[in-house]
Amino acid sequence: MTTLTLAIPSKGRLMEATSELLEKSGFAIARLGADRGYRGRLTGIDGVEVAFLSASEIAQNLRDGKIDMGVTGEDLLREKIPPDDPSTELVLRLGFGPADVVVAVPSCWLDVATMADLDEIAESFYERHGRRLRAATKYHNLTRRFFAEKGVTGYRIAESLGATEGAPAAGLAEIIVDITTSGATLAANHLKILDDGVILKSTAVLAARRSVMGDRRLTRIQEALAATR
Amino acid sequence: MAGKSRPEREALERQNAAIMAVFERAGFDHIAPDIIQPADIFLERSGEDIRARTFVFTDPSGAEMCLRPDLTVPACRYHLSHAAKPDQEQRYCYLGPAFRFPDELLSPQEFTQAGLEWYAGSDPAAAEARVLKLTISALEAAGLSKFRVTFGDLGLFAGLLADTAMPERWRRRLQHHFWRPAAFRELLDSFCAGRATRRTSVSELVDRVTDTDAEALVAAEVATRNLPLVGGRDIAEIAARLSAKAADRRETPLARAKADQLHAYLAVAGEAAAIDTALAGIAGGPRYAGARSYFAKRLFEMEELGLNPRRFHFSAGFGRELEYYTGFTFQIEADTPHGPVAVAGGGRYDNLLSDMGSPVPVSAVGCAIHTDRLKAVLA
Repeated sequence: MTTLTLAIPSKGRLMEATSELLEKSGFAIARLGADRGYRGRLTGIDGVEVAFLSASEIAQNLRDGKIDMGVTGEDLLREKIPPDDPSTELVLRLGFGPADVVVAVPSCWLDVATMADLDEIAESFYERHGRRLRAATKYHNLTRRFFAEKGVTGYRIAESLGATEGAPAAGLAEIIVDITTSGATLAANHLKILDDGVILKSTAVLAARRSVMGDRRLTRIQEALAATR
Repeated sequence: MAGKSRPEREALERQNAAIMAVFERAGFDHIAPDIIQPADIFLERSGEDIRARTFVFTDPSGAEMCLRPDLTVPACRYHLSHAAKPDQEQRYCYLGPAFRFPDELLSPQEFTQAGLEWYAGSDPAAAEARVLKLTISALEAAGLSKFRVTFGDLGLFAGLLADTAMPERWRRRLQHHFWRPAAFRELLDSFCAGRATRRTSVSELVDRVTDTDAEALVAAEVATRNLPLVGGRDIAEIAARLSAKAADRRETPLARAKADQLHAYLAVAGEAAAIDTALAGIAGGPRYAGARSYFAKRLFEMEELGLNPRRFHFSAGFGRELEYYTGFTFQIEADTPHGPVAVAGGGRYDNLLSDMGSPVPVSAVGCAIHTDRLKAVLA
């Protein structure tokens, strides 16, 4: 029997919630080697190795087939793995780490409520300002897919690796696509979410490579987590 | 497979030499536009959909550059930098690599494109017919014998729209949404619904707008709520759009029959021989009639060149994916055992040179042949 690799977030709130849930479900994480090693083993079940990775690496490594299972945010999973990619499946929504990926515009845009408004703005923006409307985001793929679905084409993505909500005030972009839990950070930055601007209601998820679907170890973990979450 | 073997390379070069011989014999000047292009001109013009498929990089000075995703824009740039008078008639042909991130499994990321660009032609209908004829001749010279020609005409739609009574801003929005069938239908429905349009989070503010006080209202709202003016739009711009929204509400809704007429036109499709009757069944006004006679003239020009347009396929909605076209559009698909494969396409794009900075309007019609795909079909 080959060992399966389960990746879990290496730090922060997601790591704590994941460890807690695993323990409540009858598994524990035994870290191998030095205390702060990045590999471990799951107790309470045979043949499951644990890898500690950042949440975005987990999505990436699932896509690339470097790990078999992983706990990560649905936002990152959808961003890294296109919907038509059959290699990876969302197995279970874990319920913690809720966050929405949203389209937000400056609150002073009193005439803009919907994606259709945004499309109109994007067109006139080009005519008035001689350049495209810029959307600051780290979610390039989610943004492209959602905007295309809503028929909005006249914009550009401005790469943002952190503090995305500050981009409009800094003049780096006009609008943003970012994650929010309460909306408080957006409000503090004088941004508002569009009426139809929720791209994804994300939580932490357990995802797995299609190749291990049906493996009884995955089934056991899935059932135990589902009963406890 | 990484790269082409000698026989593969030679076969592609032979095929492409046959294509270019047709273009050059017809008097088109064989130019070599730059492969590396400033990214902005493509990306500002095309939007995020093309950007997602363009190889973009930064040069040592920090300028954003790209590998050209097609040759039409580079040919326009060539023309604008070489021609003493951009609106003087000029005919170019080209052959060279273009680069795109593959959007499906088997599409290559670098491919060779051959094509024509005809700027400021004095007889537009004749130029369109001639470009189509040369595209077909080039494909035949390469060895293609079984194919299907589909064409559309955005001029007919623009004519019909111009003849339909409605505020000009509605017309502009419909024209803009022509490219997106679902959004088009939704917008048209909202114009028919009039005051019954669904409420949004800004509706309450729109309720308070009258023609004169929109700017004062926006200024007061921004001051009261202490909103910083970020995002590049000033109070006048925001107020103008709120006024337009308020005006839309007061407008007489579009008659359902008029909307149905536009839908009926967009559904017209079939063998070109039967299209006259279908187009005559749409009640337009003088602009639509003008566009129909232009359509008829183009068919006549095609026949003059020995083409048989009655056997081509016409589709009123054709060209909806190709945003820069402004009139005639066409596509040629090779018949293969696995179904039709698009190997060439083209049409008229009269706004592109102005968008790229030409001081005067320059009409343009052209075509592009996907030579690698053609080679694969013929293999």
